[in-house]
Amino acid sequence: MAGNTGTYLIRGASILGGEPADLLIRDGVIAETGTGLSAGDATVIDAAGLVALPGMVDVHTHLREPGREDAETVETGTRAAALGGYTAVHAMANSTPVADTAGVVEQVYTLGRTAGWVDVRPVGAVTVGLAGEQLAELGAMADSRARVRMFSDDGICVHDPVLMRRALEYVKAFDGVVAQHAQEPRLTAGAQMNEGEVSAVLGLTGWPAVAEESIIARDVLLAQHVGSRLHVCHVSTAGSVDIIRWAKERGIDVTAEVTPHHLLLTDDLVRSYDPVFKVNPPLRTDADVQALRAGLADGTIDVVGTDHAPHPSEHKECEWAQAAMGMTGLETALSVVQHTMIETGLMGWADFARVTSTTPARIGRLGDQGRPLEAGEPANVILVDPAARWTVDPYRMATMGRNSPFKGRELPGKVVATFFKGHPTVLDGELNTPYPYAAAPAGAA
Amino acid sequence: MKHLLSTQDLSRSNTISILDTAEEMAAVGDREVKKLPALRGRTVVNLFFEDSTRTRISFEAAAKRLSADVINFAAKGSSVSKGESLKDTAQTLSAMGADAVVIRHWASGAPHRLAATDWIDAAVINAGDGTHEHPTQALLDAFTMRRHWARLSGTGSEGADLKGMRVAIAGDVLHSRVARSNVWLLRTLGAEVTLVAPPTLLPIGVEKWPCKVSYNLDDTLAQGVDAVMMLRVQGERMNASFFPSTREYSRRWGFDDNRLRALDRLGMKDTIIMHPGPMNRGLEISAAAADSPRSTVLAQVRNGVSVRMAALYLLLSGDTREPAQPVLATAGTAQTKESN
Repeated sequence: MAGNTGTYLIRGASILGGEPADLLIRDGVIAETGTGLSAGDATVIDAAGLVALPGMVDVHTHLREPGREDAETVETGTRAAALGGYTAVHAMANSTPVADTAGVVEQVYTLGRTAGWVDVRPVGAVTVGLAGEQLAELGAMADSRARVRMFSDDGICVHDPVLMRRALEYVKAFDGVVAQHAQEPRLTAGAQMNEGEVSAVLGLTGWPAVAEESIIARDVLLAQHVGSRLHVCHVSTAGSVDIIRWAKERGIDVTAEVTPHHLLLTDDLVRSYDPVFKVNPPLRTDADVQALRAGLADGTIDVVGTDHAPHPSEHKECEWAQAAMGMTGLETALSVVQHTMIETGLMGWADFARVTSTTPARIGRLGDQGRPLEAGEPANVILVDPAARWTVDPYRMATMGRNSPFKGRELPGKVVATFFKGHPTVLDGELNTPYPYAAAPAGAA
Repeated sequence: MKHLLSTQDLSRSNTISILDTAEEMAAVGDREVKKLPALRGRTVVNLFFEDSTRTRISFEAAAKRLSADVINFAAKGSSVSKGESLKDTAQTLSAMGADAVVIRHWASGAPHRLAATDWIDAAVINAGDGTHEHPTQALLDAFTMRRHWARLSGTGSEGADLKGMRVAIAGDVLHSRVARSNVWLLRTLGAEVTLVAPPTLLPIGVEKWPCKVSYNLDDTLAQGVDAVMMLRVQGERMNASFFPSTREYSRRWGFDDNRLRALDRLGMKDTIIMHPGPMNRGLEISAAAADSPRSTVLAQVRNGVSVRMAALYLLLSGDTREPAQPVLATAGTAQTKESN
């Protein structure tokens, strides 16, 4: 339990979009809830009109450090996360060196604590160097100070079925999960965009839906066979939603994630040849977008993961085929999900909390994240102004990446405050100060 | 029209303007002195990221006949091969005062990037981008077909379109920028297009294109065609399992001697055989077909210069709404000047 994080009385926030109530935050926890709580020595935050939600948990973030500090650092990426309403992020393993040893995951974990903006939970690589040939020391990463529970070769598919089977089996020893980047490599050699009507016209090599769906189908069957837990990263096609729905109906322990960009954008945008729209898996069709929204609403898809992927500008200011794949997402995720899921009537704010906080924390086995907004719980809380509207300007973001596909769009919803372990990392929509780990008692998590 | 990037966004009237202007340019090519002063003092850069001697010299001849200064920038052996980006190359050319950039690039969409960004303010002409488009090739093909179609109907080419003409385009449609540009342009001009290819060499989504699709060249010929365009097929596609062998490809989808005879047998005496070059004789087209009186291969090359002159002229002289008048005037002036 941390101390010295101050006392805050959040006055009149709509709890998960429901009835207004007060939240008293003290010493890192929600000390009291109710109405008309007395302020005492607390700093009072008038939250009338604001929605209180559990701090968001991203299951899929690329922080780029170590190795590509020209693209993002743990410091800049986690500032972006805090501004976006996150109190925890899972840092993907495709850094340089790859996070495939206890040493690297501990380095990333330590960088996260030094930054102090959110919980940084390193994801361990499944295979050494993401090479898909030999299992990395998953147990050592699990036992390290970083306590890794999620393993992924994200960016590359664990396509060897035997290796995937072994990974799924092995992580059972420490309650781990394999997060699969589902992409059949032979079907996607040189792929540039979704294969369909638009790729036919543009003359860009297609990335067919079947390359994702065939891997997901194989993996859910493997997970069933060995009795393991599988997580599917960035589901992008209607067919994948169907397969995951089928697997869940059979009781297979699979969870799935969708990115904000796949909930909103389609491959029609590629007609501009602007590489800001180049991402892997690629933007799909409107039918896919609608199926993903329906899947998220009905629980087939469990969580929203940003796949935040910052790139230096020179990797996007070039020919489409030369450009890097990926989009930033931490500072727009809440707004895009509000726009696509809440304003469409598909979900309420309680559902939002489930798909952005509660379930992601459960998948990553983060005990103190994604908790109910109740007395005694860790004070990872955000306040959102759902009535705000803003125009996306990548040059005003905290991330170093300027590659936001939402540039110039007007979106709803703004994070007003983020409390991380009871400390306000964001206040009045601006970065405040990081969590004072040094001031906290020794052993504070 | 500031750029020429694709035939998909060319209107019918713009297309016919370009073709009519090309007729004017062709007339210049028939003269003893094949030069107009229209683009004197303007700089045209041929920016080639992919080898294509034929297209490059065609553009070079076109620009020179219009008196433009021509700079050839081949990416191989240049700063580009040392890692210079398209952006830096474009800004360099801009700083040197290029008025038009003729770009050939292996990456689909590269000309669109040049046109859409603020890297360079020149007119951009797509001289073939990846497997996307090759608009001047389609324009020269349409020019060639229009002359043929007009001659058959006993009328002049000027102002005419290709209404009712039946065109078969056969070969590797999947990887062909020529096929794409032709499908859009020929549709705009009113021709009826049938694509003929093995199913592996047709893109997913082709069923939405404004044309018919066939897997059988003999059936397509039997139903009647006025022009058959054979696309180059690369033997190495065989290694990627697009077809089992070059011989099987040639038997089923090549324009061989049997199919040449079939045109005679079916009474299609006026059907022309086209090829954008370079040809693989014996693979997609037999030597007899390539050299037959039906072949328009060399006329296509000749017409390419006229069409590219028209494109350069229209883009660099600005107004595309009434292109015929200034060309006529310029041509007249030129003739006077050159004869002095």
